[in-house]
Amino acid sequence: MKKSRYAYYPGCTLKTSAKEYDISARLVCKALGIELEELKDWTCCGAASAHSIDQLLGIALPALELQAAAKLELPLVAACALCFSRLKFAAHELKEEKVRNLIGEVMGKEISQDHHYEVVHLLQLLDENTDKMKIEKPLHGLKVACYYGCLLVRPKEVTNFDDVENPQTMDRIIQVLGAENVGWDFKTECCGGSHMLVRPDIVVKLSHRLLAQAQQAGADCLAVACPVCHSNLDSMQKTIAAKYKDNIHLPVFYFTQLAGLALGLPPKQLLLDKHFIDPLPLLMNKGLM
Amino acid sequence: MSVASVITPQPVSELRSAVEAYSRQKISHCYQCGKCTAGCPVAYAMDLTPRRVMRAIQLGLKDELLASRAPWICFFCITCSARCPREIDIASVMESLRLLAISEKTKSSVEDIKLFHRLFLSFVRLWGRAYELGLGAAYNLLGRHPLNKAEIIPGMLSRGKLAFLPHRSKRANEIRKIFKRIEVMRNEKIIQPKSEVKAQ
Repeated sequence: MKKSRYAYYPGCTLKTSAKEYDISARLVCKALGIELEELKDWTCCGAASAHSIDQLLGIALPALELQAAAKLELPLVAACALCFSRLKFAAHELKEEKVRNLIGEVMGKEISQDHHYEVVHLLQLLDENTDKMKIEKPLHGLKVACYYGCLLVRPKEVTNFDDVENPQTMDRIIQVLGAENVGWDFKTECCGGSHMLVRPDIVVKLSHRLLAQAQQAGADCLAVACPVCHSNLDSMQKTIAAKYKDNIHLPVFYFTQLAGLALGLPPKQLLLDKHFIDPLPLLMNKGLM
Repeated sequence: MSVASVITPQPVSELRSAVEAYSRQKISHCYQCGKCTAGCPVAYAMDLTPRRVMRAIQLGLKDELLASRAPWICFFCITCSARCPREIDIASVMESLRLLAISEKTKSSVEDIKLFHRLFLSFVRLWGRAYELGLGAAYNLLGRHPLNKAEIIPGMLSRGKLAFLPHRSKRANEIRKIFKRIEVMRNEKIIQPKSEVKAQ
């Protein structure tokens, strides 16, 4: 059933390096009449680190937020794909009584078995609400490579998101916005993820592959739904182009920014100036600004 | 890996049992087709590819596995698990090797990656939220590579993408209690691998 009110978990990066994702997500939801109630004093989900070195911490940290949302009796929407994955994993694990007991002990409170923790990603939320979209400025002529990354789709039995190899959720939204979704094979290949600090060489190599493939497929920009992917593909793009001596130049949008543009929200409010690869020349060239 | 160890049937090793307990996967199901390695985006940077990791676990090569950098190069993109024809969750197997290496305190050639995870969590413990600038600075200083990724810092700062000061959650004390309780439980050895806890 379609709901109009959600508990909202922005996650740490949406308050710093991915502010434009947070702001554009809120504006778009508001325009669609969806109310986002930010969890009060939310804390970190543990990201890639907690589960890598401590099994219990990896479940307990996101479990805190699941409980906060359950207390509000609202389904929880996450914007960051990494947070979404951690919340989904925790909800999945907590279905088992023995895990619930152990995590209850870690958290110092009993975890009720009655809770069915409902977690969705912002992409699913928008996809469900495309009928409410009043497209003021269709993004005609814009060729978008929709990039989903790893953690939205995998593992299917945990995230229950979309097809593992060829998801369509974002493609559908992009079409509704009037843009063209290009077909390409790297929708769910990894960008290098959280290795950006520890092994930037890996991020450069993997992200280069994605950017080169998107360009070859005829895209003039990418749309993403994760701040980690965005950072790797956008802020590292100049380093990547220099290293591979490639003529790569692809603005990377959050899908919420494209939705905002099509809904006629002022571009300035969507913080399009926060990106390393300036998207304004492309948008002007296509007559979209 | 000696030839003898490959051709002699091996009893189920202590390491293999531990991995199976943590990951809840049946390691003997792997028939070495190599699809995991074929789809792994970082197999090229590993000393043991995912397929070889699976074989080494079957053979119980504990020292080689715990010192390997493969589980730390793995960043849990889960492609291997999604494509395994034997439906083995190889990403969780990699994760259990990380957890075992941590609990056995084995050193490997990728101490930097462990340092990153520990620093990330120490900021979370302190403020309840991640602190990107602090993490970058601490990692570069303690890992002794001060100019790592320095080229993007000016751009991050000028776009307001890095906060100088950490965001502190008012619920940070709850997080600290969770860290503390886990420490206590570990010291008292209350915590066992998830599957043992779950054993019927």
